[in-house]
Amino acid sequence: MAKVLMKGNEAIGEAAIRAGCKNYFAYPITPQSEVAEYLVKRLPEEGGVFLQGESEVAVGYMIFGAAGAGERVMTTSSSPGISLMSEAISYIAAAQCPAVFVNIVRGGPGLGGILPSQGDYFQATKGGGHGDYHLLVLAPDGVQEAVEMTMQAFTLAEKYRGPVMIMGDGLIGQMMEPVEFPDDLKTEPTNKDDWATSGMDFRKSKKRNLVKSLFLDPTALNDNNLALKAKYEQMKKEEVQFELYNGDTDYQILITSYGTMSRVCRTAIDMLKEDGIEVAMLRPKTLFPFPEKAVFEAACKDSCKAVISIEMSMGQMVEDVERCVKGRRPVEFYGECGGDIPSPEKIIDIIKELL
Amino acid sequence: MGKTFSTPKALSKTHTHYCPGCTHGIVHRLVAEAIDDLGIQGKTVGIAPVGCAVLAYNYFDCDFQEAAHGRAPAMATGIKRVRPDLMVFTYQGDGDLASIGMGEIIHAANRGEKFTTIFINNAIYGMTGGQMAPTTMGGQRATTAPAGRDTAATGMPIRMANLLAELVTPGYITRQAVLKPQQVNKTKKAIKQAFQYQMENKCFSFVEVISTCPTNWGLTPLDALKWAEDTLLPYYELGDYKVPE
Repeated sequence: MAKVLMKGNEAIGEAAIRAGCKNYFAYPITPQSEVAEYLVKRLPEEGGVFLQGESEVAVGYMIFGAAGAGERVMTTSSSPGISLMSEAISYIAAAQCPAVFVNIVRGGPGLGGILPSQGDYFQATKGGGHGDYHLLVLAPDGVQEAVEMTMQAFTLAEKYRGPVMIMGDGLIGQMMEPVEFPDDLKTEPTNKDDWATSGMDFRKSKKRNLVKSLFLDPTALNDNNLALKAKYEQMKKEEVQFELYNGDTDYQILITSYGTMSRVCRTAIDMLKEDGIEVAMLRPKTLFPFPEKAVFEAACKDSCKAVISIEMSMGQMVEDVERCVKGRRPVEFYGECGGDIPSPEKIIDIIKELL
Repeated sequence: MGKTFSTPKALSKTHTHYCPGCTHGIVHRLVAEAIDDLGIQGKTVGIAPVGCAVLAYNYFDCDFQEAAHGRAPAMATGIKRVRPDLMVFTYQGDGDLASIGMGEIIHAANRGEKFTTIFINNAIYGMTGGQMAPTTMGGQRATTAPAGRDTAATGMPIRMANLLAELVTPGYITRQAVLKPQQVNKTKKAIKQAFQYQMENKCFSFVEVISTCPTNWGLTPLDALKWAEDTLLPYYELGDYKVPE
C-alpha cells in the first residue's frame, strides 16, 4: 500500500479501524481531539460506534462496559483526561478486559500546558489508579510507529486480556508524516465466550458470565492478583521491544530516551559521530515491560563510561534505568518538560560535559 | 391444580445477604419475573452498583458486570452502544445513583440511552452503615447527620424521577414503591414496561422504587414500612413522571 501523509492523531484513528476496532468513546481534550474529529466521520462508514461521553470518568466506564461485552474498543485522551480515566483503568485491569487507551501526553502537573511532554511515565508504567496492576505501555517515536503500535495494541490487549496504553506526546499527535498501514498487523478477535457478557443466548455454553473486580474473600483476591502478576511476568518475557541505536560502536556514553525525545537524541548522536564521538541510544519501545536486560547489557559495554537518561520530564524513566544498571555505571539525567523540546545542540553540550 | 408460584428462572436459587425486612429481595424478584415474562434472560446483561446490591449478580442468573461507584449508567451505555441487541439494565441505590453517579445518570438519560435503570431509593446509605444520602429526609437521622439532616446546610432531598423527567429527551420515568402488595404489583408492571420500551428500542427507562432500610433506620421491618409510607411517600410522590409518545 502506498504511503499517505497523515497527522499523528488521525493516523491513530485510522489504525484502530484497520486493526478491526469499530468502537470509540472519547471526551475532547487538547492535543488529541483530532482523533475524535476523524473517527466521527470514519466510523459510520465502517458501521462502527462513535460516542462523545460527558466526561473522561464516564468514558472510562463506557470502555469498560464495551470491553466487558467482548468488543474491541478504544479511547484517546491526554494527561488530565487519563488521570480521570485511571479509576476505570484499575477496574478494567482487575476485571481482565482488553481495551486500548491512547495518551497523547501534554505538560503537567495540573492543567500544565498543551505542548508535548513525557511527564506521565510514572502514571503509565507504575499504575495511575489504585491497586496492583500494570498497563502494557507502547511508546512510539513517530507517526508510523504510532500506527503500528495502535494496531498491535488490540492484539496484545486480547492476548493478555487487559488494558494496553499507547503513550505518545503532543508532537506525535500533531505532526504529519508519511505512513502506511500494514495489513499483516490486523488480527482476528479472540473468542471471548469464556468470560465476556455477550449474552447467554449467543454462546454455546449457557453458563452466565460475570465481569467483576470485587473479591471479598482474601484468598480469591490474592489469587486474582497472582493471575495478574503472572500476566505481567509473561509480558516481561515475551513483549519487550526496544531499539539500540549506534550500538555496534565503541560508544562512550549510552543515552536512554524514548518517543519524541529519542528523535532529537538520534540527531545529536549523528552530529557527535561527525566529531568522532561515539554515543549510543537504548530506546525502549515498550515502557512496560521495560527492556531491563537490554539496558543493563548496553550500559555494561566496556567502552561505556556513563549512562544518561534524556526525557521530557523532570526525571521519571531514569529511575527504571538506575534500577536496571544496578550501579555498574553512573546514571545521569537531563530533562525539560515545559513544552519546549531540547535541541540536538543542547544534547550535544550535555554529552560533552560527561566526557 | 398446576404449579402457581415458583422461583423465577432469572433468579438464582440462593439466600441473599440482605437484612431482615429489606425490600431489595422484592425488587430483585420483580426484575427477574419481568425478564422471565419477556423471555429475555439469555440476552440480558445486568450492571451491579456499589452499595448493598453490589452482589446482585449472585442473585440473578444472567450475564452481569460490576461497576465502580456511580458509574453503572456509563457502563450500560458502553455495552448497549456496541451490542444494541442485548437487554441492559442497571440496578442502583441512592448513594450510587443520586450522589456520586449523578453525572452519569443525567447524561445517559439525556442521550436517551436504550437501557433500563432500576433505582432503589431508601433515603440512606445502606452498605456503608447508615450515612446521609442525597435522598435522606430533612430531620432524618443518619450516622453522618446524628441530629437529623439539616436541610439548611445540606440541601433538600433530591427527587430523581422529577429531576430526570425535566429533561427534554423522551423517556419512561416512573416512581413506584414496594411497601404494600398493591404497590408491589404496580412496580412489577412498571419494570416490565421499562424493559418493553427497551425491547422496542424506544427510550431510556427509569423505575425509581421507594424502599426500606430497617437496619439503618433503626426500625423494625413493620415500623419501617409505616415510616416510609408516612414520611417518604408524601415527598416522593408515586406515579409516572414521563411516558414516551
